[in-house]
Amino acid sequence: MAKAKITFEDINQTVNVPAGTRVIEVSEKVGAGLIYGCREGDCGTCMMEVTEGWNNLTEPSVLEEKVLKENMAGRHNRLACQAQILGDCKVKPA
Amino acid sequence: MRPVFHSTLVHGTRKRGVVEKMRNKSMDVSSHRQAVAFADNVYWIGVLDPTLRTFDIILRTANGTTYNAYLVKGSEGVAIIDTVKESFSDEFFARLESVADYKDIKVIVLNHLEPDHSGALPELMRRAPQAKLYISQRATSMLKALLKPSSEIAYTTVTTDDTVSLGDRTLRFLHTPFLHWPDTQCTYLEGQGILFSGDVFGCHYCDKRLFNDQVGDFRFSFDYYYAHIMRPFKSHVLDALKLIEPLKLNQIAPTHGPILRERPRRYVTHYRELSTSSLSTDINEQNQSLIVFYMSAYGNTAKMAEEIFEGASIDGVRVSLYDLEGGEVDPFVDLIEAADALVFGSPTINGDAVKPIWNLLSSLAVVNLKGKVGAAFGSYGWSGEAVRMIEDRMRGLKMRIPIQGLRIKLIPTTEELSDCHQFGENIAHALINPNQGSGVIEFSDIH
Repeated sequence: MAKAKITFEDINQTVNVPAGTRVIEVSEKVGAGLIYGCREGDCGTCMMEVTEGWNNLTEPSVLEEKVLKENMAGRHNRLACQAQILGDCKVKPA
Repeated sequence: MRPVFHSTLVHGTRKRGVVEKMRNKSMDVSSHRQAVAFADNVYWIGVLDPTLRTFDIILRTANGTTYNAYLVKGSEGVAIIDTVKESFSDEFFARLESVADYKDIKVIVLNHLEPDHSGALPELMRRAPQAKLYISQRATSMLKALLKPSSEIAYTTVTTDDTVSLGDRTLRFLHTPFLHWPDTQCTYLEGQGILFSGDVFGCHYCDKRLFNDQVGDFRFSFDYYYAHIMRPFKSHVLDALKLIEPLKLNQIAPTHGPILRERPRRYVTHYRELSTSSLSTDINEQNQSLIVFYMSAYGNTAKMAEEIFEGASIDGVRVSLYDLEGGEVDPFVDLIEAADALVFGSPTINGDAVKPIWNLLSSLAVVNLKGKVGAAFGSYGWSGEAVRMIEDRMRGLKMRIPIQGLRIKLIPTTEELSDCHQFGENIAHALINPNQGSGVIEFSDIH
């Protein structure tokens, strides 16, 4: 299975994960500072900044785009509960 | 001297409302259904709810509350700022009709969409279809979810420094999110210096005399409201105050409780005080504060707690140790609010953490825990579920759990106590140096 490395910059921790893993599945287990509210892409609590490898996450869905807009997201912000890891990337809390 | 607004100042001779007389001790808004003018062409069109005793499950309301709504007349139209709870709509519309015609309403502002202020909105928009609705960006999804409109409601989203003109007067918006809803904004009437502040500076206090210099002693209600509604959002309060403090403030008109016309700035100052730590700490402010709370049935979890306390006591971390059996929830909530890391120890009894732990962990809705470090530990007899359950609860409270919990079967050995020491030390290090990753790890290793 294809692997990808995600680095949580706030705790300087890198995890080698199967491609397709959602960020939420990893970040809590390593104690990264990303925090979650609804866990289903509605509340915007888990907004993160992708500092490297923006294109190595799945494209945001229409719903995620809408929530990002409502929460005045920056250009490289994503919801950690929605984004799936496809290739190497680095993230931190927004 | 506060000016008296004679009826001749009110636009339109047919609809006058009630003119508020200066220091009118006999004022009683419950005796009529008229609008109350409290500045030139600015009216209160709210309602009293004196029999309410509990608000939103979490708040006690010893003498009820008010749902304040306001009407501003300009040379080119009327603005309605907030509405009321749906069941009180008739009185709201009666007061509105006493001073304005629906066809003249140009602007409707909702400072936030909580149902006690948006309840009369659908009917208002039906009666004044030409009016434009102004809400914050974050309010858009709530509007749809709350009103479940059969057809789309047209709205304009606004943010700080956006304005809307009523001809000879202008409303300016202040983006003040999370006070106390994500979509909260305030609306400022330029020139007259009136801040329509939504729930900010509000309180559940019902008094037919309406103004802060006329009503009974509402200081308790004001502080109680802050403690339960605004306290979890202190950092957002401070952000909002940066926008509010520079304003000329002749009056503050909140959506609950008295209109603050007598020395309104005192309430702004008070909000700053309430949002700032009252007692500065005796230790270096750079130090992090870690608190260990525990309960123990046979002294085993207590032994673990003491060893974790010792281990966590490294330079840069101030550690406190509390046995929940000897304390009350409220002071602990205050401690937790000021702490950077919280470590909970509970034995597992019948597959669960013990009740005093849950009592504390279910009393934290009034403080902000976002991003605080959490950890859990405990002695157990055969299955030891408590530690994982406490960790899950802390994650649910938006804390981060950098160090996996520590469980020890029954009486800790000397070796296990040294594990406790190391556990405390690890938490302390994760607290003062979160950036201490351990190279690349495999996903399967953390599952």
